[in-house]
Amino acid sequence: MSAPETGVPEGGVREVVIVGAGQAGLQTAASLRQGGFEGGIRLVGDEPGLPYQRPPLSKAFLKKNAEPGSVALRNADFFEKQRIDLLAGETVTAIDRQARRVALASGGALDYDRLVLATGARNRRLPVPGGDHPDLAELRTLDHALAFRDRLRDAKRLVVVGGGYIGLEIAATARERGVEVVVCEAMDRVMARTASPALSAHVGKVHRDHGVSLRLAAGIAAIAEKGGRVTGVETAEGETIAADLVLFGIGVVPNVELAAEAGLETGNGIVVDPCLRTTDPTIFAIGDCASFAAPPCCGPKLPGRVRLESVQNAVDQGKAAARNILGPPQPYDEVPWFWSDQFEMKIQIAGLTAGSEREIDRWNAEKQRLTVYCFRGGRLAAVETVSNPGDHMACRRILAERLSPKLEEVEAAEFSMKEWFQQMRGR
Amino acid sequence: MVKVTYRAHDGSETVVEANAGTSLMQTAIANGIDGIVGECGGSAMCATCHVYVPEDWLQRLPPRSEVEDEMLDSAVAERKGNSRLSCQIVAAPEIDGIVVEMPEEQI
Repeated sequence: MSAPETGVPEGGVREVVIVGAGQAGLQTAASLRQGGFEGGIRLVGDEPGLPYQRPPLSKAFLKKNAEPGSVALRNADFFEKQRIDLLAGETVTAIDRQARRVALASGGALDYDRLVLATGARNRRLPVPGGDHPDLAELRTLDHALAFRDRLRDAKRLVVVGGGYIGLEIAATARERGVEVVVCEAMDRVMARTASPALSAHVGKVHRDHGVSLRLAAGIAAIAEKGGRVTGVETAEGETIAADLVLFGIGVVPNVELAAEAGLETGNGIVVDPCLRTTDPTIFAIGDCASFAAPPCCGPKLPGRVRLESVQNAVDQGKAAARNILGPPQPYDEVPWFWSDQFEMKIQIAGLTAGSEREIDRWNAEKQRLTVYCFRGGRLAAVETVSNPGDHMACRRILAERLSPKLEEVEAAEFSMKEWFQQMRGR
Repeated sequence: MVKVTYRAHDGSETVVEANAGTSLMQTAIANGIDGIVGECGGSAMCATCHVYVPEDWLQRLPPRSEVEDEMLDSAVAERKGNSRLSCQIVAAPEIDGIVVEMPEEQI
């Protein structure tokens, strides 16, 4: 029996089922217990083993002979001590919203009072002839990383299809391992989806300085094969680039099928309201799979709905989902931030660059530091930095506190984000 | 294995064995130690793995990188001369027995 308006069962919330045991799902489970929840927590993940972090998989994990255990988010003891029932290597096949029950591939079922969908995303396939060849490498999971690390050992030349964050991180890692690397990016600059032109230019230059062959406006028309093996790629211009290892990183597709089949609204992700609830108030969606309205802290003229693929988003939405299960739902309003490590560059972004109307960049040659201020609607909306963590952290605080320097202040040559913020705080 | 003692703000201590090569932040998270958060997973991006290192151990650690130094300014708890980011301290035989003190707040 439950109150029809809110769906809160008599006796409160007793069972929470979390679909997806990645960063977002794990955070929800941890935060529920931390928040004093005494009921059952079932964390279901289709990958075997303990929940783990993905960021190291394109970086440190590929460079050293790190053990899979080194990327685990928590050790096995944690799940036992926190009484979190981890069902690894298990897939949820359907949601029965009427019965408030999910069906499992192994044949069982789990009842829920609250359901959290943290199903993440999967790699988009290469939509060209040969694009599904088993020889092609990709990187999303621990299994992908282990396999790729092995192949990298013997590779002489790697072609990376896709000049986004994943492709570039892998390119940098492989180059540092002494492999010859060619990156083929279809757009006319790298990271075109999210980075400012100034950031794209700088990153491209650093890659080239390190000997990466960066091919821009180089879409792939087909995968080259011979004798059943992948031998390279064919560009749209008709050029064949030979390689003994080809990896594609052309973005992801959110895993919305389970939600869609259950009649929940989807559209570039599982659609949620500001409190992270789907069209069914007992079901939340968070992390890489969730489509939500850009948080108010991101400034004026918000870019509509967003779907953010980042550790910050997974962690903060996991915490928010737990909070909204345990108490009166509050709107989600956390400053998005993101980082990417490529060669000596520590690229950091705070805020949303989408819809940016004006960009001001500052290059400090002595310290090899770049800062790009992005304005939208007359206010600072985002800051991209390379090797400038002080400015990055200041921007996160500034956005969180709804502050903004004026455009004219930022345009002045001596402007320092960090100093401006310290002045505002009266330090 | 490297012995590490995590001293909480209230003085209580937890002693764990760390695998050489893993950071003190990772070790804390893996062992469920409450006083270290590590939101960014060890990339010197969040300053939520802040610790104070007693002087005699501090001297035995490699110096802070510029990134670590800058990030420490953003730590929530007071930055002191012996502040370090535990994600940048790698467990190694040379620091077997190290003690680190956790601040009252990380976030």
